[in-house]
Amino acid sequence: MTSVTPTVQPEVHPVGAHRAEVDRIRDDFPGLHQQVAGHPLVYLDSAATALKPRQVLDAERRFAELRTAAVHRGAHTLAATATEEFEGARATVAAFIGAAPDEVVWTSNATEAINLVAYGFSNASTGDRLDGTDAFRLGPGDEIVVTELEHHANLIPWQELARRTGAALRHLPVTEDGELRMDLAPDVIGSRTRILAFSHISNVLGSVAPVAELVRQARAVGAVTVLDACQSVPHRPVDVHALGVDFAVFSGHKMLGPTGIGVLYGRRELLRELPPFLTGGSMISTVTMERAEYLPPPHRFEAGTQKVSQAIALAAAVDYLREVGMDRIGQWQGMLGQRLAAGLVGIRGVRLLGPAPGTERAGLASFEVDGVHAHDVGQFLDDRGIAVRVGHHCAQPLHRRLGLTASTRASTYLYTTAEEVDLVLESVADVRPFFLGTPR
Amino acid sequence: MTAAELGALYQQLILDHARERHGEGLQPTGSVQSRQVNPLCGDEVTVQLTVDPATGNIASLHWEGRGCAISTASASLLADLVHELPADELTTRIGHFRDVMRSRGTLEPDEDLLADAVALQGVARYVARVKCAMLPWVACEDALRMLAAPSAPEPV
Ligand SMILES: Cc1ncc(COP(=O)(O)O)c(C=O)c1O
Repeated sequence: MTSVTPTVQPEVHPVGAHRAEVDRIRDDFPGLHQQVAGHPLVYLDSAATALKPRQVLDAERRFAELRTAAVHRGAHTLAATATEEFEGARATVAAFIGAAPDEVVWTSNATEAINLVAYGFSNASTGDRLDGTDAFRLGPGDEIVVTELEHHANLIPWQELARRTGAALRHLPVTEDGELRMDLAPDVIGSRTRILAFSHISNVLGSVAPVAELVRQARAVGAVTVLDACQSVPHRPVDVHALGVDFAVFSGHKMLGPTGIGVLYGRRELLRELPPFLTGGSMISTVTMERAEYLPPPHRFEAGTQKVSQAIALAAAVDYLREVGMDRIGQWQGMLGQRLAAGLVGIRGVRLLGPAPGTERAGLASFEVDGVHAHDVGQFLDDRGIAVRVGHHCAQPLHRRLGLTASTRASTYLYTTAEEVDLVLESVADVRPFFLGTPR
Repeated sequence: MTAAELGALYQQLILDHARERHGEGLQPTGSVQSRQVNPLCGDEVTVQLTVDPATGNIASLHWEGRGCAISTASASLLADLVHELPADELTTRIGHFRDVMRSRGTLEPDEDLLADAVALQGVARYVARVKCAMLPWVACEDALRMLAAPSAPEPV
């Protein structure tokens, strides 16, 4: 194999200096030290789900072994300790994103968090709710705005909300290169707009949305903003108050945490007014046979027995990330993203999706190999122990706009080395020669 | 999977058929057609059968679709297989192909039944890819069912 020369030079981005630390980090991840197809695993699918460090697995296990007890119920010692740790985890995660603890609601994942907001609007819009306010009442004439690059998780719940309430769903288009048409934003976001939901970082393109500008335009028309922060919170410092969004969502499993836990951030004043989504035990104060009074947020939105060990493990993941430092993780990943992008554009027959090299991008890159289906690319890479994502990455409308049905995505995290990035680049360069017999 | 196994999955014959596809392009004269979608990846294929009016056998198979090397090669190999086969014979052969694909590599394909399509046998060891290989065969089976149904076949 001839090597692909990344145009991002090591002297500009000090790969060597980071290497020792990345190696130390890698020691914490048992999943990295396995063989796939007779090769050491090269895990480049962290945007789908991240590997877990020992510290997170240990925290979850320790809680399950020694602290198991129902939270917010019962008076025994274990129940009190469990409750304390559960609420402590909430405070840890809240501090991580610059929020107050009562602004953080546990959900199963980001998808559920978006649905929680959508159903809050929905519930405020039907029947004669006494506790719902006009802030969340939607009907014909109102508009919900998303963008064309959204993950299905940030599209379908809004399609459904529009269908249930009679509101219209509109979207901010992207160019055929996937860039948000900000020039059209003033036409799309207007006096009828009630909700503006958009991704902080695209899970396909790695591009970063102009959050401040979108928030400014939404505020100017009194619309509620919902930020899909699934690909930002795990990878760079995010301060929800500084961003000024009303709601933000992310998933634990993409940030070294376990599956089954996600987060909804909601601005305190809005959470206070938002009707509940799921109802039942744990979210009420007084119940009669006819009706119930609900707890204040965040517990109003946490019906039933909660994801306790997962929340505690997520807090351990946050501790881990903070210790490494989100600034440094963000820089490291920006460098890896640039290395990927620069390498991919240098390979014959490969089309890089999203920002050109040198333009801001997260630590991931999706691409199309001319004449070779993404599944064949994925299979070819798997044969070398390289795990990437293939398909539409839950963003069919975006792929359609880009003129594709599927693409291949390599995504990095704090444990990814520059050598691993180079390895995938070298392997991608071998794909067309293998399938099409073209010269390298 | 080792490099040798990658070669077992993508045999040269498969790569050739994925590049030089036989039977690609639907015909205005087709008798029945069926479109199938692989829900895992969104790939799709439409298979069209043309009946020989003299013998009642399958005169030709044409197809159109979007898919990986495995599914396009599979459609191309199937197009080579059908010529002048009676419908029930073709149904039997599709059944054998399915058995091979579902065998996880334990069932040897019968070359008398599948001809060059035996080259797809390596796919059986990759459960995630079996659907890719099966897609055109499932569409063909569905089209055959329409032919057999006394009610009006789906107009082409
Ligand atoms: C941008 C984006 N939004 C939403 C989601 C959905 O996350 P989850 O499936 O954990 O709810 C994902 C992850 O797949 C994502 O990348």
